[in-house]
Amino acid sequence: MNDFLGRLTWDAIPIHEPPAVIAGAMMIGGFVFLVALVTYFKKWGYLWKEWFTSVDHKRIGLMYIIIAIVMLLRGFADAALMRTQQAISVGSDYGFLPPDHYNQIFTAHGVIMIFFVAMPLVVGLMNLVVPLQIGARDVAFPYLNSLSFWLFMVGMVLMMLSLVVGSFATTGWINYAPLSEKVYSPGVGVDYYIWALQISGIGTTISGINFFVTIIKMRCPGMTLMKMPVFTWTALCSNILIIISFPMMTAALALLTLDRYLGFHFFTDTAGGNPMLYVNLIWAWGHPEVYILVLPAFGVFSEVTSTFSRKPLFGYATMVYATVSITVLSFIVWLHHFFTMGAGANVNAFFGIMTTIIAIPTGVKIFNWLFTMFRGRIWFAAPMYFTVGFIITFSIGGMTGVLLAVPGADFVLHNSLFVIAHFHNVIIGGVVFACMAGLSFWCPKALGFKMNEGLGKASFWFWLVGFYVAFMPLYVLGFMGATRRISHYDFSTGWHPLFVVAFIGMLLIAIGIGCQVLQILVSVIKAKQNQDYTGDPWDGRTLEWATSSPPPFYNFARIPTVTTLEPHWDAKHNATPIFDESKPYEDIHMPRNTGVGAIIGLFAFTLSFGLIWYIWWLVAASGLAIFACVVARSLDHDIDYYVPAEEVERIENELMLRRNKA
Amino acid sequence: MTSQIINNHSAEHHDHDAEATAKVAFGFWIYIMSDCILFSCFFASYAVLHTNVFGGAGPKELFDLNYVMVETFLLLTSSFTYGLAMLAAHKNNKAQALTWLFITFLLGLGFIGMEINEFHHLIIEGNGPSRSAFLSSFFGLVGLHGLHVTCGLIWMALLMFQVSTRGLTAMVNRKLACLSLFWHFLDIIWIFVFTVVYLMGVM
Repeated sequence: MNDFLGRLTWDAIPIHEPPAVIAGAMMIGGFVFLVALVTYFKKWGYLWKEWFTSVDHKRIGLMYIIIAIVMLLRGFADAALMRTQQAISVGSDYGFLPPDHYNQIFTAHGVIMIFFVAMPLVVGLMNLVVPLQIGARDVAFPYLNSLSFWLFMVGMVLMMLSLVVGSFATTGWINYAPLSEKVYSPGVGVDYYIWALQISGIGTTISGINFFVTIIKMRCPGMTLMKMPVFTWTALCSNILIIISFPMMTAALALLTLDRYLGFHFFTDTAGGNPMLYVNLIWAWGHPEVYILVLPAFGVFSEVTSTFSRKPLFGYATMVYATVSITVLSFIVWLHHFFTMGAGANVNAFFGIMTTIIAIPTGVKIFNWLFTMFRGRIWFAAPMYFTVGFIITFSIGGMTGVLLAVPGADFVLHNSLFVIAHFHNVIIGGVVFACMAGLSFWCPKALGFKMNEGLGKASFWFWLVGFYVAFMPLYVLGFMGATRRISHYDFSTGWHPLFVVAFIGMLLIAIGIGCQVLQILVSVIKAKQNQDYTGDPWDGRTLEWATSSPPPFYNFARIPTVTTLEPHWDAKHNATPIFDESKPYEDIHMPRNTGVGAIIGLFAFTLSFGLIWYIWWLVAASGLAIFACVVARSLDHDIDYYVPAEEVERIENELMLRRNKA
Repeated sequence: MTSQIINNHSAEHHDHDAEATAKVAFGFWIYIMSDCILFSCFFASYAVLHTNVFGGAGPKELFDLNYVMVETFLLLTSSFTYGLAMLAAHKNNKAQALTWLFITFLLGLGFIGMEINEFHHLIIEGNGPSRSAFLSSFFGLVGLHGLHVTCGLIWMALLMFQVSTRGLTAMVNRKLACLSLFWHFLDIIWIFVFTVVYLMGVM
């Protein structure tokens, strides 16, 4: 029996830890409720046929975004627990989280927010928007796109499962060796971490290749590189970063796996291993990773600023060059995460200077957005609120980043709460605000209705004020010597009042998130009233607004031909048509839906579960099953079909009727 | 009318095949570039750790250049024979393509057999990957290459099956071309392994 289930026993269920029980019960409750709901409405067939097996980039994008929003709640719950703990665990009071549990929470918070909230939001938006912006009917490899999504889901499920079966890593979100080695972390936590990130990371690499090929090879006629919308440009650069950097994470995790599973000595502190090798490898991925997230965010703000200022983007070319410069520079700054390693003054100086140089292209972008707004007729819709909030917040975060980039200053601030304040300043102010702006900007395109404006703006104000109240004290605390990841401190430190202020900020953000959840619910319920029949609710400028909302599964009945940078705007206002309406509709070549991605995902999950718990028969069986799926897929040559021209005409006429009715 | 539609379709099919080939070949190149980075991390680890023998045997004592020379010869020849298989495929000569693929497969299998034998010897003599960081990084790097070659061999077997059952269709040719890229890529990686690990180790 023991061999049969590896090291999985009843002890793995954490019934003696109240916080874990509550979290686990909530999660299982939610899951059961969802399953019951789908079963009650008999929607399993629909879900499988229309969503799980879908290779449609728009649906895959939506699935990424839905999962990201769910995981945002989980990640935020972790943040709330930490803020509460730090606000009360002072002096003789030790708070409500035992240290080991607290360590799991800050690890899970970081991992979830980066990999299972920010990444899927960004990848989801790219899925939704990029093919539409370049006038394509799908991505280059639709089946691989579905596979990427399901591999990402494996990571997400493993993360959630670690709540109720076993425990998660206590090593921090970047999982430094040698703490993450078998000797110091013998439990399953680090193994959950490794496999959740390894499997979803492979999915991300595949996504990166997929979108890179899509953007390079599938742009519509006339769209040269310098006529690409800025969001597509930033997506392109972000995917280049993915292709180059994610293999480094794969390598770092693979080497750690060898250490933990087969007794290798890459990062151990014995037998000649070198823990700093891990730190270098993981940050050589980790720094580009933050640009993978923030470049598309810049893209969103560029689209939003120019649309809502009703002006072309100021300095399009400089925006592109700035994006590309950041892409290149992001690979030669990773050492600033560990100036204190002792690499020597010259090495530190090089990386310090490279890091500060990144502020230049970023500054160019800030001025471009400002000059786009200057003398524009600004329409203050919710996305624009987030954009203005971003420009101010991100500039502050950027400046504290430049401060941290000075090695001398870093020796004081390293590992302090100042660092936490800095990267939340840029990630919340940059990535989160961008995703909020992007979601309400493109929601009418994706779903056919506008989000509720009032609740969107309310959520913005709570997020913005909450952010400042929660994180500005952390800058001060950093200067006062408060280190990150502490679960207890003494009154004599004088930190307590500031931690309480930060706690209040967290509550404000909680209201902001509440407003968003409410906004989604209200928007869905009132979808009919906010329906957008025109396909172009914001008077948009780029190609995605030139088709109906939501677009038909083939995106464009006729492939557009563009001659200008803002084809849709020019088609509306400058009489430069993008569709040749004189030609009859043609048969459209489309990929068939396939369940192979979902099935491989399922077996990748059982594979990693087996690996985590040392259930070797399950590992072997799942490995064989994945192999069988790959072979079956490679032997299946019937993977696409034609939509007949008559069918296209029927759908287009229907859409036309709807548009005219509005 | 019907025949016209069919004709249009088959013409379009050709377009799509050409387009798909361009996309797949390009996408595969990009994949290979990312794989190259994976290898470069393993090379970097080897570069960092190769002197950390932890009191155990180093490259000079462990490596037999003559043996590795034969391995290298097998792998490089297999790249050449794969090239011949591709030429045969271009000439639409199924039998010849299959023959060359089979020979390539045997050469690759020989390479992997020799590598496993080398690993086996090292391990039973107490020089396994757990002995020192140097040996960890050696087994990691060479093992990663070996794993790739093994995957390539399995892929080749599957493709031989597809060539013999379906013939040299556009899709099969596309896959052959991808495996060709992959196989030559592994050759190039091996040249670096041979140089950095074996030659520089023994010198």
